[in-house]
Amino acid sequence: MINILPKQLFLFDPLSFFFLFVILIVSLPSAIYSFGYLKGEYSPRKIILAQVLLIAFILSMVLVVTVGNVFVFLVFWEIMSLVSYFLVVFDTKHEKSVQAGMIYIVMTHIGTAFLVAAFMIMHKYANSFDFLAIKNACLIMPLETKNIIFLFLLIGFGTKAGIVPLHIWLPYAHPQAPSHISSIMSGVMIKTAVYGVIRFVIFMLGASSCWWGILVLFLAIVTCLVGIIYALMERDIKRLLAYSSVENIGIILLGVGLAMFFQSKNMPYLAVFSLIAGMYHLINHAIFKGLLFLCAGSVYKATETRDIEKLGGLIKNMPQTAVYCLVGAMAISALPPLNGFVSEWLTLQAFFLGVLNVSGGVKLFLGICASLLALTSGLAAACFVKAFGITFLGKPRSHHAKEAKEVPLSMQIGMIFLSILCIVFGLAAVKIINLLSKIAGCATGIDIAGMSFSFNNITLTAQMGNGIYLSAPLLMLSFVALGIIGFIVYRISARPKVVIYNTWDCGYYKLDSRNEYTATAFSKPFRIAFSFFLMPYRKTQKIRESFYHVKSFAYETHTTPIFKKYIYDPALNLVFKSAKFMKRIQPGSIHLYLSYIFVTTLLLIMFVKHF
Amino acid sequence: MEKLLIVILQLGLFIVISPVLSGLITKIKNNIRMRRGQSVFQPYYNLVKLFSKDEVISDTASWIFKVTPIIVFSSTLTAALLVPVFIFSAPLHNMGDFLCLVFIFALGRFFLALAALDTASSFGGMGSSREMFISSLTEPVLCLVIFAVSFQAGSTDLSALGRMHVVSISSIIAALALFLVAIAETSRVPVDNQETHLELTMIHEAMVLEYSGRRLALIEMASYIKQMILFFLIAQIVFPIALPGFGSFTQILFWSLQYLARIAIIAIVIALVEVTVAKMRLFRVADFLGFGFVLGVIALVCAMLGV
Repeated sequence: MINILPKQLFLFDPLSFFFLFVILIVSLPSAIYSFGYLKGEYSPRKIILAQVLLIAFILSMVLVVTVGNVFVFLVFWEIMSLVSYFLVVFDTKHEKSVQAGMIYIVMTHIGTAFLVAAFMIMHKYANSFDFLAIKNACLIMPLETKNIIFLFLLIGFGTKAGIVPLHIWLPYAHPQAPSHISSIMSGVMIKTAVYGVIRFVIFMLGASSCWWGILVLFLAIVTCLVGIIYALMERDIKRLLAYSSVENIGIILLGVGLAMFFQSKNMPYLAVFSLIAGMYHLINHAIFKGLLFLCAGSVYKATETRDIEKLGGLIKNMPQTAVYCLVGAMAISALPPLNGFVSEWLTLQAFFLGVLNVSGGVKLFLGICASLLALTSGLAAACFVKAFGITFLGKPRSHHAKEAKEVPLSMQIGMIFLSILCIVFGLAAVKIINLLSKIAGCATGIDIAGMSFSFNNITLTAQMGNGIYLSAPLLMLSFVALGIIGFIVYRISARPKVVIYNTWDCGYYKLDSRNEYTATAFSKPFRIAFSFFLMPYRKTQKIRESFYHVKSFAYETHTTPIFKKYIYDPALNLVFKSAKFMKRIQPGSIHLYLSYIFVTTLLLIMFVKHF
Repeated sequence: MEKLLIVILQLGLFIVISPVLSGLITKIKNNIRMRRGQSVFQPYYNLVKLFSKDEVISDTASWIFKVTPIIVFSSTLTAALLVPVFIFSAPLHNMGDFLCLVFIFALGRFFLALAALDTASSFGGMGSSREMFISSLTEPVLCLVIFAVSFQAGSTDLSALGRMHVVSISSIIAALALFLVAIAETSRVPVDNQETHLELTMIHEAMVLEYSGRRLALIEMASYIKQMILFFLIAQIVFPIALPGFGSFTQILFWSLQYLARIAIIAIVIALVEVTVAKMRLFRVADFLGFGFVLGVIALVCAMLGV
């Protein structure tokens, strides 16, 4: 008899608290933001519906990370998916939303199916659905079973997290929801999948073979690169952010994968160190991605477009939003001394320590992974120069952008809060790392007494490296002090006369916004360098008045969505084909259906009798 | 107190000496081309001139354009503080390590690229896009170089580099990879051309096209200093000399002299490369840095094999 009723409904351990904290820290500002954002956008009744859904969404996520029973976990996991589905299709004005919702719900259920399978196998061994009982049962589980469970969990949670090639739904679903929901979905919801990986793979199964970690690392680095390359190509600001979430999930999973690898190699310090790096990036990403989505929402609210080719010059009309967005863009590009920098540094350092301490060919694999992570961070910087530069700088490219107005204070509060957090999480790295080490210790079951991660109150260090230091506050201090010197040098020089004049136009008469560089042009070098993967193609069309006179010329450039074209479209075709095939046994005759039921019952009875 | 002195000395050294490197490279290039060329000290004259000139700022520029020179200047000087020059460990080596250096350079570049977009000039956009393209391709190479060089010392701390005194196969290959990165990062010939005045072919110069006067001077200073940092790193990897601990004034003078001699050699090599190769198309840069990546991997493998 299946024992569904939980003995232990909730599990409050440091890991749960950490995720609870991550959820609340993004959800609260987003909720405050939602009042200003929804006003005027929808009818009052719909706003009430939106707020009810928002509360249900936040509550379901909170419960997902705090329950202590697999069965209840699945229930809330499903509620979370469904509520977020309703939020994705909330904007019924657009037909796109319905399509996006469809892709989302199908993908998320494929994931859930794998999770159910994994949980069923777990239950077979533990005879209970409680986390702790399963954890104990995992100790005696044969390795082959563990391998299967791991793969199922990876596919299941990977779908939610958006690892490549299961990321396909993410860039459709996240941008379609109202912006504060996008911010929660990208900032937090996909992190519940990382919670799943940490809780079920590291905490329960306890990374048993070293190929688990390697597999996760491989998928993670591919996810990073694919995510950021697609983000670079994007001109819809919210889709760009969604792709960048794919990238950042990759970076988080690099930390988690390293932790799994080190755990299996029995290197406790490195396992804890890598998990800290992963979790640090997790909370950082929640903060800055939440912030950036709120900024994107403000831009959308002010200009009614998400296409950055139609924006520009917003820094003049929306000065505050520009500042918040700049902070977010700097943080996500891993610029010192903000938070993204600290966590990327930690991840790179975890790789370096891995290269130093493991033996064999894995060393080289880790080294190359690290360099690809560096490539990712370079591309991310380019991507956010594009996103911020084209949106906020230069001249407005459309009437809407020219007429944009700063958003009200109620919407700014959330953004201010998250911007400050971006800075605080960079400067207070030591404090945070000491807290995270306890959580990582709890998750991996490693005793962290005697491990140190900081040199003094402001400097991070790694015990195993031969003196590796990083101090974000000192860097900040140095920037400021030297900046002041630079300013003094600037001020004391002879003639402080500044003339405001046109931009250099090669003698052409007055440049306008049509002469500006566009986002598509900005990403052109990348499109060509990565053409083996993006496969860009052009569509040109001449509109002729007569044979000799071309009246106008239409030019489009596209990239080939290879995952859709080579994986999902064939799969979808297969589904349709098999459905067509199955249609033959459903001719509509009730007699035939009754006989099906009869035969099935017979077979079941035989099955039960024999086995 | 001693530390503060070293900090000031180091900053002073970078600010005072770095322009002469550019002057030296230009001079050598001109001499090889059978021209007399400008004085080695021309960059100083240029800076003085720029500091005393009026500025023209575009009417579309926002505050980003105005603060960028200061951010670029201060971040580059911060990077200069991380490098060990007079003694084996830099005065503020607790502040960050070799990897951190990469991120600090990224900060200045990020703002320069934004400032280039800020003026709504298509040259600026072009420069910004290309600079970000090239720099994002240099980052994986840099990372591999750092891993290879730091592998033997077991630490990415730059004082490990300061203590280095043996040259190995791995470090030579790593230095070669770093050399390619330095060419790309300091906008030297096969990748970019500092001398060109055709807006369509320039990269770094196109980004700073709208700058003039004192702000341009600050940016120029920053790029001289960045160049000197990169040259120093290459020099310390190929001609490693273990730097001493705290010493007397004469000792510091001695070390700074031998230090200048080493980076002068790198500058000469750069100048030779610049006059002997032709600038390549932008999209070939990916191959160029791809070669750097391969070198980086080889350097890392060599480091792992202990050669």
